[in-house]
Order: sequence, then structure tokens, then C-alpha cells
Amino acid sequence: MTDLEGALVDQTDLERALNAALGSGGEFAEVFVEDRRTTGISLDDGRVEELTTGRDRGAGIRVVFGETTGFAHTADISSPGLIAAARAAAAVAKQGGGGVREVALTGKSYPTHSTVSIYPESVSKATKVALLERADDVARSTSGAISQVSAGYGDGRRRFVVANSDGVFAGDDQVRTRLFVMCVANGDAGMQTGYESVALTVGYELFDQIGVEETASTAARRAIAKLSARPAPSGTLPIVLKSGTGGILFHEACGHGLEADHILKDASVYANRLGELVASPLVTLVDDGTVTDQWGTSAIDDEGNPTQRNVLIENGVLTDYMWDFLRSRKEGRASSGNGRRQSYQHLPMVRMTNTYLLPGKEDPEEIVSQTENGVYVAHLGGGQVNTATGDFVFGMTEAYLIENGKITDPIRDANLIGNGPDVLQKIDAVGSDFAMCPGTCGKDGQSVPVGCGQPTMRITGVTVGGTAGA
Amino acid sequence: MPDLLEIAQRIAADATGDEQIEAYVSWHRETEIRAFEGAVESLSSAEAAGIGIRVIRDHRQGFAYVGDLDERHAREALEEARDNAKFSSIDEHAGIATSDGVTPKVLELWDDQLADYPNEKKIELAIELERLVRSGDQRIRQVVSSDYGDAAGESAIASSNGIAATSRETTCYVSADVVAGEGDDTQTGGGYSIGRGPVDIDLAKASGDAIDRATRLLGATKPVSSRLTVIFDPRITATLISIIAGTLSGEEVARGRSLFADRIGEEVAVTSLTLVDDPTDVRAFGASSIDAEGLACRRNALIESGKLTQYLYDSYSARIGGTVSTGSAVRSGFKSIPGVGARALCLVPGDLDQSAMIATIDSGLLVQGISGVHSGVNRVSGDFSVGAEGVMIRNGHLAEPVREITIASTIQKMLQNVLAIGSDLEWLPSSAAGVSLAISDISMSGA
Repeated sequence: MTDLEGALVDQTDLERALNAALGSGGEFAEVFVEDRRTTGISLDDGRVEELTTGRDRGAGIRVVFGETTGFAHTADISSPGLIAAARAAAAVAKQGGGGVREVALTGKSYPTHSTVSIYPESVSKATKVALLERADDVARSTSGAISQVSAGYGDGRRRFVVANSDGVFAGDDQVRTRLFVMCVANGDAGMQTGYESVALTVGYELFDQIGVEETASTAARRAIAKLSARPAPSGTLPIVLKSGTGGILFHEACGHGLEADHILKDASVYANRLGELVASPLVTLVDDGTVTDQWGTSAIDDEGNPTQRNVLIENGVLTDYMWDFLRSRKEGRASSGNGRRQSYQHLPMVRMTNTYLLPGKEDPEEIVSQTENGVYVAHLGGGQVNTATGDFVFGMTEAYLIENGKITDPIRDANLIGNGPDVLQKIDAVGSDFAMCPGTCGKDGQSVPVGCGQPTMRITGVTVGGTAGA
Repeated sequence: MPDLLEIAQRIAADATGDEQIEAYVSWHRETEIRAFEGAVESLSSAEAAGIGIRVIRDHRQGFAYVGDLDERHAREALEEARDNAKFSSIDEHAGIATSDGVTPKVLELWDDQLADYPNEKKIELAIELERLVRSGDQRIRQVVSSDYGDAAGESAIASSNGIAATSRETTCYVSADVVAGEGDDTQTGGGYSIGRGPVDIDLAKASGDAIDRATRLLGATKPVSSRLTVIFDPRITATLISIIAGTLSGEEVARGRSLFADRIGEEVAVTSLTLVDDPTDVRAFGASSIDAEGLACRRNALIESGKLTQYLYDSYSARIGGTVSTGSAVRSGFKSIPGVGARALCLVPGDLDQSAMIATIDSGLLVQGISGVHSGVNRVSGDFSVGAEGVMIRNGHLAEPVREITIASTIQKMLQNVLAIGSDLEWLPSSAAGVSLAISDISMSGA
């Protein structure tokens, strides 16, 4: 369960700040106090170049008056500091007569969905450094073709308390740990790169679950495979996405369009379409902040609401959107636990947590063997989407040709381009396997950790942006 | 506001023996206002500050930061940085910058008027921009956001090597994100106006840009795949030259990750192409008198008449490369150590404006937007494949709009296939300026 003991700030200070925030007529006020510690270590060219530690403490205060939100933040979390920020945030609501409102807070706790058995701060810096050195060794020993390795380790502990004038008073203590490895391989036809990362909302035990060796060798193998890669085809082709690689596609291509801020401004292809068939009946899409230990998992969102499992599309039918405080208040419904923010310096908004497509019934190998010619995507890089049109792009960073139902030659990096609503209709096979992967989602200048997942699946036609005639 | 340089110098003065300390202290104040349907949707105002401390001891580097200016917190961060230095590898090149005697140019990047500009006026700008866009074209279906923003920032760097430098700048902008529609077709676009202060804001430009960008692709279709000549709009060219400059970082070269390593003096591009990074040009939004290690910024020519002439260096990569810093250290804030980067890239413009360039092309594509640059461009192999949208060119004239396509080539080939560089130089709110750029033999993937 989440715990408000040892809080960052006294309950009475929070109450005083909320009262100050409401003092000029605001209808709603919220104080968010955060203390974040991070460690980052980077290895490059065989050396541990940099060990960075940092700490950020501060509070963000917002006041809502009608349709207007006032926001201010401060690094001074003393009572006078909080009150000064509260008054600055309240300045937008100065039309109102105000009067005195007294906010009384009652703390609540919620079940957590990740367990931390080894707090990263309890692990020595030397141990973390040795982890990266091991990654370097493993990657280089994979093949003489590996000419360069860089690797990064990061851990973060984020404690926060959020309290608002509706009486919400909750806190969370989030621990996240990650590792990435990037390799460069050198061959006759130039250099190629391979990348792999692991990241979970857990402590240092991450590396008991997923060995550093596995991460490093996967990155090395990807770079080496591409040394003999053929140019990617150019044109529209069937693609098969390996499980756990294409979740980003659904995050980008439909997840963002299901965020209520876009919906309420009628700036999404999915606005006003609840109950309609928006995808192949094989598609059930879920956003779920409660998946054990995943990168987008937390007990509560950054507005103090518990995270939950939200079914967005069920058997192809659009069932719901994702909601934060402000948008759910406008619609007179409950938040779905999707109000998130990058830090105390940012306003919360509707964000995804872990977004995934449920598995189906087909044998993953048969999906490939039943594909005459196409592309098998084993790893995807980042992507980008226009939520108003649904148009997306993202990069293939490990992919192979499918020829006569068999996976054959690797192909060079290229982008895929398509339209989200269109792709959802074109899913014609969904496998029985499933995997998730971590990502960082950017929206309106804010980054938050998210998870993505999906089974092996086939899309009948996506445009592949290579240079070879298709 | 506290004296930032004094804080930085106090930290740096703690160095003992052979220890090197560099302290970077920054402060900024910003306002962000979003208007929607004629009212304020949100108004944020904030001051933020922080300190980043680099320590080098026994050829090992450590770094720590703290997100405030509290003296006790700064002391803790210094001790953390010292501790962190114990765990990094011995690196004979590790170190902070040493003054090179180049005097920083005095640049005026600060508008005094910003501090006194009242919130009411800022709100008016955001609301008026939204009104102009909504009333400007009946195909505008939604103004998703209409924003006003400004920031005033100051920073100071001091080190035990005697570096003591400060810089300050203001920025001010408005921007709008717009959805346009016609029948079943929906498109989006955005427009902005940016400068150092409120006097630079041009609402007509911002609204006109937003409307044009949102409506010009209405009715766009997906063309058949082909290989053709493209003209990049200035904004796209700015992105492209930023990518190229990334591959010319002395650090990437030293690490064997640059496709241009060991190629100084070679013809890497057509002879009409000259690429310069000059942060002392005040027209550039990345203009700065000092770099992120406190050395003077200066003009660096990277490619001159097609020949590769120079990589960019900070002091660390310069030591590895056996050369001197080009004053090209950048940092993304107090939370990170300096790295190498360009601030004010620019292609030396040619003679033709965009319409004259279009007139020379029988069959081609004017690229007005690209997407997926992060995932679609491999800076090591040079593979280039991005999503694109724009207008087809036939017999020297603009024809039908197209979308949902990709364009692909390699960075190496594109530099050799430049047909013409435009005369339409445009400074953008990024580390690069844009010009129209015509490149042949690009693969366009569509239907």
C-alpha cells in the first residue's frame, strides 16, 4: 500500500496552501509536492565517462476557476514558499469574491502494483559501474565486428504527495531502474547500429530478472545482423510484427487519439465514435497502470487517483477514452487514473500508462508461414503521430524480408508510415503470444515512462520507406 | 535575484590540490498562456533555477546537480560530484576547459521590455491569435491551442581554471495548432512568431502560417512510388543540416561513430555547398557569446565549397582529437554535463528563390513536412527514411498535394545530389536556419 508516513511536507502546510490558493475565488486547488533523486551512469568507448546524481525538490500548485487553470511552481517547499506559489497560481481567479474556504484533508492509501526488493540507493556505485563494464565486455565478445559500445544505467526514486480541495490526499514512492546498450558494428558496406533496453518499475533486482548479458548480446546481434542487410523495400507490403515490438505502433497510432483532451477539443479521429467499430474485430486495446512492475505502472496517478485497467477498444468496438481530473470534471464522470506529469514543474494532462493489445488464438509461426511476401519487424525504434489525422511514422531497427512464407534476409533501417484507424482495420491475424517493452512518451513537451505490448500480429498493408523497388 | 556568478565562483573556489571544479548555475523566469474559445485555458508562471557541478580528480570525472540555489544543497551536490568522480574510469582526456584567450563577442540577446510587459497584454495576444486563425479561413475546424510564451534566462559558469563567464537572453513567442477540414478530409498545421521581446511578435504571420499549413494538404492523396527530385522547404532543410552537423561532432568522430570520420579535406558534397555554424550571428535563435564551458563562441565553417573542413569540438573531444575547442560546447541545462553541438547552422544561400527552383523541375516533389526523423535517420550508417507530405511538381509547376509517403536516401548521397540551394534564407527557432534545397534521386514510397 502507498504510505503518507514520512511525508515530504506537513499536512497543515498543505491545508494552508490550499486555503491560500482558494482565497481569491478559485473553485478547485491542488498542491503537488515532489522529491526526486536520480542516478545516471554512462559508459562509452570502454570507459565509464560519467556518473551523475541529482536531486529536484519542489511543488506545483494549480487553481481552477471556471474553464481557466492557473499554475505556479516553486523549489521552496517551506510553508511560506507554498503559500507564495499558491497566491501566484490563484492570480488567474481574481475576478471572484473569494471568501474563506477551509480544506480538511484525510489521507488515503492505495494498493501498489510493483514491489521493490533492492532499493537502488542501497547498491554501491561500484556495483552499478561493474554492471556497465560487464555489458561492454559481453557486447564486444559477441563478435570482432563490434567496433563500439555505449551503455547507460539509470535509476530514479520519485516520492510525491498530492492534495486537493476536493479532499484528495495521497502519495506515492516510485522506483524505476533501467539499462540500455548500443553497439556499432563495422563491415564492408559501412557501419550499422543495434540497440536494446530493459526498464521496469522495480529496484536493482531488475538485473536478477533480466540479465545484463542478454541485453548486451541482443544489441550486438542486431548491429551484426544488419551488416549484411539489403536495402529495405519501397512500397506498401504486409508486415508481421513480432510480439513485444509493435506496441509502440498502437500507443502512437491509436492511444494518443483516445486521450480525452484531444477528444473534448474534437481534435481526434476517434471523437464522437463511442460504440462504433473502429478496428478489426480481432483488436482489443487496453491501457492499464496496474500491470505488475511495468515501466508505465504506478499505484496512483499524479493527481492522486488510483490507476486502473481501462478497456479502450473491445473486439474492434470503441468503448472508452482515457481521462484526467480536468477533462473528467468537465464531463461529470470519474477520472480513469490517467492524469500524469513529468515533474512538479509541469501541469498534469491525460497520458497513457501501459497500453497493449490482447493476444488472440493464432500460432505466431503460422502467421509468418501464411504470409507470402512481406516484412517481419523484430524491433521498432521511436515513432510519431498526428492525433488529428491518425497519420503515423516509426522506424524499423531490426527487420527481415518474408519471402514465400519464410523469414529471409535482414533489411536496413527504414521508416514505416501509415494511418492509425486504417491500420487497425487491416489487422488480419493476432497471435497467442504476448510481450511488453518500455518506452518514453513525449507530449506537449513533457516526457513520462510508459509500457507498450502486443502479440505477434499481421497488418495487411503498410508503406515501407526503403530505397529498393518493391 | 541572487548573483549567479558569485554562487558559481564560491563553489569553484572549493577546489583543492589538483582537483578541478566547474560550476554552472542557471536561473529563468517564464510565462506560458494557452487560450481556447476566447478565454484563458491555462496560465503558468514560474521561476526555476539549479546548479550543475563537475569535478575532475585523478583524471576521473563526476557530476551532480540540484534543482535550487540553496547553499546547503549546493554543498551536498559538490560532495556528491566528488564521490561520483571516484567511480568513473581514468581518462587522460578528462578535464574542464582552459581559457583560450578568445574574447567573447558582446551580443544583445535581452529585451528589457519583457520584464514589465503585463500579463493582460500577453493574454490578449494569445486570444487575438486564436481569433485571427478561426476567422481567417472557413475550413478551420479547431484551434487546438493558441499560446503565448516568454522566458528570461541567465546563467553563469565558473571554474577552478579561472573561467568566469555569464550570459543572458530573453525569448518571446506566440504559436497556434490548428485542425482544418473539407468534407471527410482533415489536416493539421501550426504557425508561430518568435523574437526576443513582445515587439517582435507578428500575429498576422503566425495566423497566416497556421492557416496555410493546415489547409494546403486538404485533398492530398497517396502517390505511386517513384524516384524523383525533391525540394525541401526551408524548415525541412534546417532539420537536415542539424542532422548533418550532428555527424560532424568531434566526439562522434573520436568514438568512431561518424560517417565523416577521417574525411577532412575530402569532397563530401557538391561544390556549391558551404555549411557554417556561427553563434555570433545575432539573427540566430541559438546565438550566444559563450559556449557551455565558458569559452567564446565563434564562426566555424564545417563544409566549404563541398570540402569537409572542420569538426565541432568541446574541450574534452578536442583533447582526444589532438586539437583545440571550437567553442562548441552545449548543455541541455544544469542537469547535464556539456557535450558537443551546433547552435547556429546555416547553408550559404544560392541565387534562386523557391518558385524559380520549382520552375526548373519536370517531375518532382516539394516537401513541406517530414516526420519520424528521430527513428528514421541513422546518424552512423547515414540511412535516411522519413515520413513526408507536400505537393507534386510537374513541368515546373506545383500540382496535387500528397501525404502518407516516405522519402529515402542516405545522407552521403543527398549531399552529393544537391542540385540547387535557395536564396530564401530563414532563421528558425532551432539551432539552424533554413533555405530551400533541391536534391535529386530520392526514393518516394507511396501506394
